[in-house]
Amino acid sequence: MWSILSSSNFQWVLASTMILGIAAGMIGCLAYWKKQSLMSDALAHAALPGVIIAFLILGEKNLFLLIMGAAVSSLIGAFFIQWIQSATRITEDTAMGMVLSIFFGLGIMLLTIVNRSAGGNQSGLDSFIFGQAASMVKSDVITMLLLAVAVIVIVAIGFKEWKIYLFDPQFAKGLGLPIKGINIVYTLVLVTTIVVGIQAVGVILIAALLIIPSVSARYWTNSFLYMLILSALFGGVSGVLGTFISAVGNGWPTGPFIVIVAASFFILSLIFGKERGILVNRLAIIAHKRQLKSRKSSSSLKRSELI
Amino acid sequence: MTYTVWIVLTAVLVGLSCSLIGVFLILRKMAMMADAISHTVLLGIVVAFLITKEISGPHMLIGAIIAGLVTALLVQWLHQFDIEQHASIGIVFTTLFAIGVILIATSVGNAHLDVQHALMGEITFIPWDTITLPFVGKVPVATAMLSLVLVIVIVSIIAFYKEWKITSFDPALAASLGIPVVFMHYLFMSLVSITTVASFDAVGAIMVVAMLITPAASAYLWTDKLSIMLLLSALFGVTSAIVGYYVAAWLDTSISASMAFATGIFFLISFLGSPKHGLISKYNRIAS
Repeated sequence: MWSILSSSNFQWVLASTMILGIAAGMIGCLAYWKKQSLMSDALAHAALPGVIIAFLILGEKNLFLLIMGAAVSSLIGAFFIQWIQSATRITEDTAMGMVLSIFFGLGIMLLTIVNRSAGGNQSGLDSFIFGQAASMVKSDVITMLLLAVAVIVIVAIGFKEWKIYLFDPQFAKGLGLPIKGINIVYTLVLVTTIVVGIQAVGVILIAALLIIPSVSARYWTNSFLYMLILSALFGGVSGVLGTFISAVGNGWPTGPFIVIVAASFFILSLIFGKERGILVNRLAIIAHKRQLKSRKSSSSLKRSELI
Repeated sequence: MTYTVWIVLTAVLVGLSCSLIGVFLILRKMAMMADAISHTVLLGIVVAFLITKEISGPHMLIGAIIAGLVTALLVQWLHQFDIEQHASIGIVFTTLFAIGVILIATSVGNAHLDVQHALMGEITFIPWDTITLPFVGKVPVATAMLSLVLVIVIVSIIAFYKEWKITSFDPALAASLGIPVVFMHYLFMSLVSITTVASFDAVGAIMVVAMLITPAASAYLWTDKLSIMLLLSALFGVTSAIVGYYVAAWLDTSISASMAFATGIFFLISFLGSPKHGLISKYNRIAS
């Protein structure tokens, strides 16, 4: 096992899952407050046809260009979701479900055709569906690192603007912030995180990395800054621990283990969280009842004195 | 019957049962719940396999129903703690799905269950796996299971038609009339689960979402009446299944994916051309 851990390739993978976890944790907070948690799931699935079409055009597997293809296709998906729900009476979650499954269907159609053609099987495009962190090479990892760092920097630089934009859009408008522009940046950042993450954990589980850490962080703080930091921490640690655990077994998948670690953090936060965690809530209710009881007994005493 | 006929028949059965259930999914605004259940059903099947050590219809159905109900319960339970509905769906299904994938990768092995197969479905293999039923003779297992599920779906829709209608459109009124709203909710979740698992073999976990939601969403653009919406949705579901099969045969690609894509084309037609909610009629109305 130690030989695996000390191999340089493993360290690259570790670095990339960690930074991916951090980026996803931060962007997840934005999505959480935009109430668009499942949007990430829909956009991840919508990325698939873009990857395959980029591969068909290029004829080779260049991670950066495949990611560009994925991003374009996700953005088209996002546009459709927006368009369908604003133009008809169809609700957002129906529109998301449709875009998710139809784009994915198109992706699988194209993938089947590519895999059938000569040399397609070696393309490793299947890994976009389930993710294959363990088989990433150094150049892939560097692409991922650069994109993830760019996303983190964008969130960090515009922290104050993000905060106003998320919590009081009216006020943001009044201040003269370009809401439309921020919307576009938000979608771009979200899509970048998703398509970068797909390579590592796959289209199905990337949503978990965006949703779970932010909800967990919410149980510990009421401050957006701390939520952002905690969520990044949860995401990063989940990435590292999940990668470690999956390296222990032979052929164990990385993505699912990262998700399980993140889910464990969530359960711990749900129970022990300082803000509205189950335990704290229980204790508060018990204390409240006790207080009520003592007040009642004292007030009944007073009443009896009056009579 | 020949090979092609079985495949088309299976596809049609998937289209029918999914599109009927889908109508209520949309009216109850639970489309993403279908996505969640279609993923967690995988865990149900894996656990059923680990316990019974065999892949057979009844075990898988029971495992799927339990997985579907557990998903619905967990989402509801998390929702209590102020977690937004979508976030709780996202947490529950990704976690359960991850557990399913890990179980497959570590203990079951790829010999019997295969994640890829479960997600994409492989309708082309269906005719090879047959059972002998009384009166009908040799029938593919998946087709038999789908027919059974379709009968269950149709019977429960007709038997509780009024209840479905009221609980879907106005749960508060339904509760005041004494209709067991919570029971209906979980009954509905069970129906979604068995439809999903029966369609699993044929179309896989993700494409089943397309079959569930899209025909119903297209029908929703054409009519305001529940009975007509059910009929239209069934029509769209069946036609997409057939069109999808022939497109796949023509392009030599995945049948289930092509069926999912075909539902999208029907939606696009409805989105543009529907007389009431379509883009073209809207544009004309603005112009005139």
